[in-house]
Amino acid sequence: MSEIRPDKSKLYHPKMTSTWWLKRPNYVLFMLREWSSLFIALFLVVFLIQLHQLTYGPDAYRAFAHRLSSPGWVIFHIVALLFSLYHSVTWFYSSAIVMPLRIGERLVPRQLVVGLNLLVLAVVSIVILALFIKLHG
Amino acid sequence: MTPGKTSEPLWWGLFSAGGVVAAFLVPIHIVLFGFAVPFGWIADSGALYHHWPVKIYLFVLIALPLYHWAHRFYFTLNDMRLGLPRKPLAILCYGSAIVGTVATAWVLSVL
Repeated sequence: MSEIRPDKSKLYHPKMTSTWWLKRPNYVLFMLREWSSLFIALFLVVFLIQLHQLTYGPDAYRAFAHRLSSPGWVIFHIVALLFSLYHSVTWFYSSAIVMPLRIGERLVPRQLVVGLNLLVLAVVSIVILALFIKLHG
Repeated sequence: MTPGKTSEPLWWGLFSAGGVVAAFLVPIHIVLFGFAVPFGWIADSGALYHHWPVKIYLFVLIALPLYHWAHRFYFTLNDMRLGLPRKPLAILCYGSAIVGTVATAWVLSVL
């Protein structure tokens, strides 16, 4: 691209290879954070396919759910869970930076905001788990 | 529908909302549907998903993180300098999220 630009001498083009993100641990973490969204999306697509099985009746639904207990799917879900938790933690950090929490004049420490978010995540998770157990019979 | 100067805030808003949904709601659902239900720790006949309040919840849970993925994936693939053409990539990413949203709405409506 840069070769055909008439004013290329005036432009600064930093050399970036497709492996730039492997050069520093922080860059790798950044890439892992970005790729976490793919694993979250893949899990949700599988979940949607599982829900679709319900149109064939509860037996088809249960059979599909049972198939997910195979080793390959267990590994996929472990990876997806780790990525999803990594997304949660990094999301809480990012939002603490983008939207700093203030009480009066004082700025609430970033670590505390992240901690509070993690607490909310834990409470929300327990509530969903309890509802799921309670509503299913 | 490609993200240009005018549609950017819309995609960013969906990205952000999807990020919140994914951060707070997705981990427990992976535990439930990735482990608890497949291994029979919790029985799930699927009867719950015929109720409309649950359907609306599931729509939010599934659809919004798809836009979160689309936004991140588009910019990540650009950042990775793989030489992929920008516009088709944007259409592919955001288009997939839209297709996913329609599919989710359809599946939930026929349950």
